[in-house]
Amino acid sequence: MNGFKKDMLAVLGFTALLFILPGFLSNDYYVNVLTLSLTHAIIAIGLNLLMGYAGQVSLGHAAFYGLGAYTSAILTTTYAFPIPLAMLIGILAAGLVACLIGVPTLKLKGHYLAMATLGFGVIVYIFFNETIGLTGGPSGFTGIPRLHVLGYTFTSDRSYYYLVSLVLAGVVLLSLNIIHSRIGRALRAIHTSETAAQNAGIDVAKYKIFVFVLSALFAGLAGVLYAHNLAFVAPSSFGFNFSVELVTMVVLGGMANVWGAVIGALFLTILPEYLRIFENIEIILYGGILIVFIIFLPEGIAGGLVKLFSMLKPKRDDGAGGK
Amino acid sequence: MGLSSYLQFLISGVTMGSIYGLTALGFTIIFNTTGIINFAQGEFVMLGGLLSVFFLKWFDAGLPLSIVMAILTTTAIGGAIERFAIRPVRSASVINLIIVTIGVSIFLRGLTVIILGKDTFGLPHFSGSVPLNLAGAAVMPQSIWILVITILLLVLLRLFFTRTIYGKGMLACSYDKKASYLVGIGVNGMILASFFISALVGAIGGAILTPVTMTSYDVGIMLGLKGFSACIIGGLGNPFGAAAGGVILGVLESFGAGFISSAYKDAFAFFILLILLFVKPSGLFGQSKIERV
Amino acid sequence: MKACRYLVLAAVLAVFLSVSSLRAEDVIKIGAILSATGPASPLGEPERNTVQLLQEQINAKGGVIGKKLEIIVYDDESAVDKAVSAADKLLKKDNVVAVVGPTTTPNTLAIEGKFDAAAVPLVSCAAGEKIVVPVKKWVFKTPQSDRLAVARILSHLKAQKISKIAIITVSDAFGQGGREMLKALGPKAGIEIVADEVYSPKDTDTTAQLTKIKSTDAKAIVTWGTPQTGSATVTKNRVQLGITIPLYLSHGVASPKFIELAGSASDGVFLPAGRLIVADEVPAKHPQKALLTKYIKDYETKFKSPVSTFGGHAWDAVMLVVKAIEMGKSDKPADIRANLEKIKGFVGTAGVFNFSAEEHNGLDESAFEMVTINKGDWQIVK
Repeated sequence: MNGFKKDMLAVLGFTALLFILPGFLSNDYYVNVLTLSLTHAIIAIGLNLLMGYAGQVSLGHAAFYGLGAYTSAILTTTYAFPIPLAMLIGILAAGLVACLIGVPTLKLKGHYLAMATLGFGVIVYIFFNETIGLTGGPSGFTGIPRLHVLGYTFTSDRSYYYLVSLVLAGVVLLSLNIIHSRIGRALRAIHTSETAAQNAGIDVAKYKIFVFVLSALFAGLAGVLYAHNLAFVAPSSFGFNFSVELVTMVVLGGMANVWGAVIGALFLTILPEYLRIFENIEIILYGGILIVFIIFLPEGIAGGLVKLFSMLKPKRDDGAGGK
Repeated sequence: MGLSSYLQFLISGVTMGSIYGLTALGFTIIFNTTGIINFAQGEFVMLGGLLSVFFLKWFDAGLPLSIVMAILTTTAIGGAIERFAIRPVRSASVINLIIVTIGVSIFLRGLTVIILGKDTFGLPHFSGSVPLNLAGAAVMPQSIWILVITILLLVLLRLFFTRTIYGKGMLACSYDKKASYLVGIGVNGMILASFFISALVGAIGGAILTPVTMTSYDVGIMLGLKGFSACIIGGLGNPFGAAAGGVILGVLESFGAGFISSAYKDAFAFFILLILLFVKPSGLFGQSKIERV
Repeated sequence: MKACRYLVLAAVLAVFLSVSSLRAEDVIKIGAILSATGPASPLGEPERNTVQLLQEQINAKGGVIGKKLEIIVYDDESAVDKAVSAADKLLKKDNVVAVVGPTTTPNTLAIEGKFDAAAVPLVSCAAGEKIVVPVKKWVFKTPQSDRLAVARILSHLKAQKISKIAIITVSDAFGQGGREMLKALGPKAGIEIVADEVYSPKDTDTTAQLTKIKSTDAKAIVTWGTPQTGSATVTKNRVQLGITIPLYLSHGVASPKFIELAGSASDGVFLPAGRLIVADEVPAKHPQKALLTKYIKDYETKFKSPVSTFGGHAWDAVMLVVKAIEMGKSDKPADIRANLEKIKGFVGTAGVFNFSAEEHNGLDESAFEMVTINKGDWQIVK
């Protein structure tokens, strides 16, 4: 399994890089920014699989992020559930809801999932906002315990950073594995032509649902990590704006490329911290990125880099190519 | 609650519903000609209202002229969008098209923030703001304007699509682009025209609604989403369905807020959307020609 | 050579990083996290303007205890995550001795914990009572609390012999705070809430909610929001529906924008307001008069737009920190915190502040005047 070995090495290298990075950072502010971007990357990878391989857009992915976050937060704070259990339930809740939405809509061709996720995202946001007794409403939900598992509490910023890095590495590895497995081949067939794939005997709806639920699970996972890091959640973090940000990350980084999702997430979370002039032009910049990239660079940064490297590599006689 | 309350809910519902209907109509026109859902439709409505405010302020042009200028400007913007953002990617996959129109809607919002600011503004009512009494319910004269103008637009558009050659050409494009092209219909021109018309319809909606609801750079988001729900309610692709869907949505929202919960008012549009998508995606008036995978 | 390029890049970075840490020690660094953009920008922008204005004025007069004042302002874009990042940046990278802001309650609640951990005082410009109740050692706030505003309204209602009211509030943190307070204090004041309606911040039409209210036996309506989050809409819709029972609003509408948006519908409404908005009517002998007049003049001259209550909250926050530094002649965070608690009789834009170990807001009912609008002008209700 040459592909698998290559993936393992890449992930190991990536993880090692993440682990030594804090040594170069002068204070924990930078570490925290990184932690947040890695959390976003987890969601972006799932969304990337959905958009790049199943060819579907979700315009409400922030809702799954929020479902994971709020579920775990409420269970641990109000009902004193043990944290690992609550986190698991949070992740599964996101997946379950995705199932409920995906099954009816993914049987239809075209952009119906986009619309359903859009409506769903708005409903979930309103729900977080209005069920004040449960969620604390617009002012947010405070007092979430920091993650502690097996007796160890992740109180320091750095420890949380390492945790999220490991989780991200795991998600990347899992995703790469899926892509190179039979499921991945089926997905690529669907991406190329749904009709052809259907005729070749692939149950297109089943695979699309699988990817959608998986992407929701990743978003839920990111959500539980986020909630127990910040110790606070508010509905404003899980609205339509963030859903659009997520889509922009995937487009920017490159659809159908797991590393692209990571690049896109890092870029769009870290860059605004440096370009504080961003403020007023931020809205227009996001819109501009979406338009320009789709028109000129639909494979995103990752895709563009891949193309660049393949152009630089010496040509081979056996005409090797492809992903 | 007495009859006057029911009547009041109905009137508010029809007023907002007309604008949802006009927005939905804009979606439908572009969808019919190109198969694209234009997520920026809501911004056309926003621009119609907001630009009217600014032309009124900057040029002191008097209300009717400001509105006309605002509508024309928005129409031009609609065409520009088609030409520069949509045409280059017209043959791309569905998801790319969705993303481009989302990008356009965000871009327009961002541009509005920079040029016109983030504030909220109002427009004067067209014929005064003294409400009329109808069996105990209050009817704003502006509501009557909205209703009348909406019906007028619907009639005009119907005539356009069924009686004029241009309109028939656009319908032909929506049935089969290739065939239309082969019989000599300028498909590019038709598509451009569809964006012009959608922007025009949206802008009119925005201008007539602003005296009632005020406007700011981000009203387009919700209006667009609800207009889209109205489209689905009426059956995607059916202009009459879109308008009817809008009114139905407005009324359901109003009664929902009145009888069920005012906190969840915004959610009604999307509940209905989800239920319809699950149960009858072709909408109330659409044909059941939704392809299944 | 590629290596060469990287070396140059590294060298440039090194120089850049070292230069930015070479700062004069004679500077007092305060942080400010404000929502200059995003949904809360009508509140945050005047706050940011005020902070800039104060920095200039203070440094022109020689700074604070002889040192230059530097206020590092970060825009949290009304977003929780950005507020958290900004707090991290101020505490861990910029090493400030105190922080002013954030503008909104959720953003404040999200970052509170960091200030306890870092032992740096936070003076918030947000209204939520949860921020200082229960009291947190390192957290203060300057806006009048909803509790006081509601109490003022309720006592006015009682004076009018009104015992049944309907409330309609916006579903954001500010509206939520008002609603909770109304529901908690109403019954205690002997006032029954016969209708409890809610609308969303971007709702363009509240006639459904008001129609419901019209059909109840409420004798007054209390609404909680700001001009940009529906208060103007509620005010206009009330007139359109021909509702005649009195309308009370929150102190959040104490700005010219409300009159601009609500137009003639705003005549005759009641609201509790800080004296900033009715400064002309404040008697000359009142302790706040001179300060208010000066702030209005300075702000409007520099920014060519009318003052807002929210800018005033930032004024109070910054000046309180400055006062604490001057009192203790020390710019160490722990000293600033201790001295903040000792401040008594501080004249600010929102009222006269009196702090203590248990009281981290410092205002009481006298901070408000009951105000009405008469032909587009604010008027104190006698």
